[in-house]
Amino acid sequence: MSVLDTKPPAGIADAKAAAASLASSQHRRPSLGLMIGQPLSVVVVLAAWAIWRSQAELDSIEQRQLDWGLLGRLTVEHLKLTVVATVIVLAVAVPLGIALTRPRLRRAAPIVVAVANAGQAAPVIGLIVLLAIWLGFGFWTAILALCLYAILPVLRNTIVGLQGVDRTLVEAGRGMGMSNRSVLGRIELPLAVPVIMAGIRTALVLVVGTATLATFIDAGGLGSLITTGIRLLRYPVLISGAILVAALALLIDWAGRVLEEITRPRGLG
Amino acid sequence: MPESTTETTGVDIELIDVVKRYPGQKRAAVESLSLHIPAGEIVMFVGPSGCGKTTSLKMINRLIEPTSGTIRIGGEEVGRQHDDDLRRRIGYVIQGGSLFPHMTVTQNIALVPGLLGWDRRRTAERVDELLELVGLDPARYRNRYPRELSGGQQQRVGVARGLAADPPVILMDEPFGAVDPITRQRLQDELLSIQEELRKTIVCVTHDFDEAVKLGDRILILTEGAKIAQYDVPEAILANPADRFVADFVGAGAALKQLTLSRVSEIELGRRTVGEIGAKAADVLRAAQAADDDCIVVLDAKRRPVNWLWTRDLLDLDRIPAPRDDTDLVTIDRRATLNDALDLMLVSSHGSAVVTGRRDEYLGVVDFQAVLTRIQETHDEHNPTPEVVA
Repeated sequence: MSVLDTKPPAGIADAKAAAASLASSQHRRPSLGLMIGQPLSVVVVLAAWAIWRSQAELDSIEQRQLDWGLLGRLTVEHLKLTVVATVIVLAVAVPLGIALTRPRLRRAAPIVVAVANAGQAAPVIGLIVLLAIWLGFGFWTAILALCLYAILPVLRNTIVGLQGVDRTLVEAGRGMGMSNRSVLGRIELPLAVPVIMAGIRTALVLVVGTATLATFIDAGGLGSLITTGIRLLRYPVLISGAILVAALALLIDWAGRVLEEITRPRGLG
Repeated sequence: MPESTTETTGVDIELIDVVKRYPGQKRAAVESLSLHIPAGEIVMFVGPSGCGKTTSLKMINRLIEPTSGTIRIGGEEVGRQHDDDLRRRIGYVIQGGSLFPHMTVTQNIALVPGLLGWDRRRTAERVDELLELVGLDPARYRNRYPRELSGGQQQRVGVARGLAADPPVILMDEPFGAVDPITRQRLQDELLSIQEELRKTIVCVTHDFDEAVKLGDRILILTEGAKIAQYDVPEAILANPADRFVADFVGAGAALKQLTLSRVSEIELGRRTVGEIGAKAADVLRAAQAADDDCIVVLDAKRRPVNWLWTRDLLDLDRIPAPRDDTDLVTIDRRATLNDALDLMLVSSHGSAVVTGRRDEYLGVVDFQAVLTRIQETHDEHNPTPEVVA
């Protein structure tokens, strides 16, 4: 801040402008350090790890486990689990959240949120194993477990975001002759987007971390490096797995943040 | 689209035995309201909070469905129309403007034209026209977002949005409640001059009786259950409150409030000798002495008043000089209320104010006596001398 800013505003107009800029700054944009620093530090760590990997002396098991091709495949599997689960969560939770804020279903909202809450409160490892016993091992069982686990933040944020839209704006829209559907699409959802997107980012981060457990039911992912590392007492494999999972989670979190910024409607500050 | 003319573009509104009863409530929110709102007038709904004035307003555009009764706009029953279509033909202005924060000024105003399927060019032209009408420079404000506007500007855009599709009827719900008093006064004046041009039927809810007196062609005073306490022109309500309730509601100083009803243009203006800057002082002095004036009004080349001069000062002058900076001349627009005029006169050492018309041109002067006469007249009009009973 410059010295000029310490002077009192010259007039009422200035004071109002100052107040307006204060009000608009309530939405703190993620700092540049976070937006650039986070991916940058992840890249640095990954690069350091890659250099170590190409120079370290590894025994045959370690070499097989840390084979570049295998690592690539595991990463793709992990991403696939994350993306598919998140897409399904979105497809279910957002429409469900919208439905639960409409007058007809509004009363059911607390019950559904309670159920979703139970999904998140249950330990994922237990959930995954139980579902696997019931539905068999494999990719789709893991997806189901991840979805149950991650549905709550998106559902809750969709409901909260829509409920948070100023009622007078909704009434203004209706009073001007917009249909219910068009009020939802053109006023309620755009205004709720920041809150909904925050829920989606939370879900993404939950899923990318939890997908590590998919390996227990043979659904792949980077988790297999960690379990193998533990089972065979191969620390290079174990630590590599941990580093890769953490890096991936941080990158996904960053991507979610970028998405939040991009989708935030202009005019909301 | 009708051109901007001074003919009435509004239509009348009729409420017949309208009732609104909410389930589970013993008393009806609105008990049988019947009312005729003439075309092209501003009708103000006032009353204590919870009296059902907002409910009554919202039943006109069916944001609230009446339990029973009939509402007609321009002879057409609203209950028989599709509610969205109905509302697109009724302007709706709410407190603070209630602009959609994620849309620009243009997008906000263009919403209803968009719903009505106007083409892009017509909409864009209409938006600019409306921004001009409410006193905002289109080039500057067109693409701003609401948070980049002051409260008063947001409210102006709110009014423009209500007028967007040129609806015959406009409903306003406490339109100027959220702005500071000075801005509110300016917005009220602007609404009046817009209405002078457009002649819409405007129904406006307010809790501020002074606002009702200032804006309303008629005032509807409601008590609990939306029962009509009095429905009349403001002059009549001020002069003859129907009952104790109305008298209490009108509050003290009813006579003073009448001052806000009369405009300066309604009283006969006094004439003073005028002299243009540069005219020969001797000529002006002779004219002033002939008219028995002890001071003259100095005008500039465009006949705008710029200064007072005492006739005795003219004696020492050759030509009428340009005014010094500290002139005590006060001017007032002919559309100002007598209230404003009195206020100005009290601060002027000359006990009178110079009245200006279009482009600030000199029209005449108004003094205390003229205002007093006018007050006396309005008082007599609405309080006929009681006949003496033998």
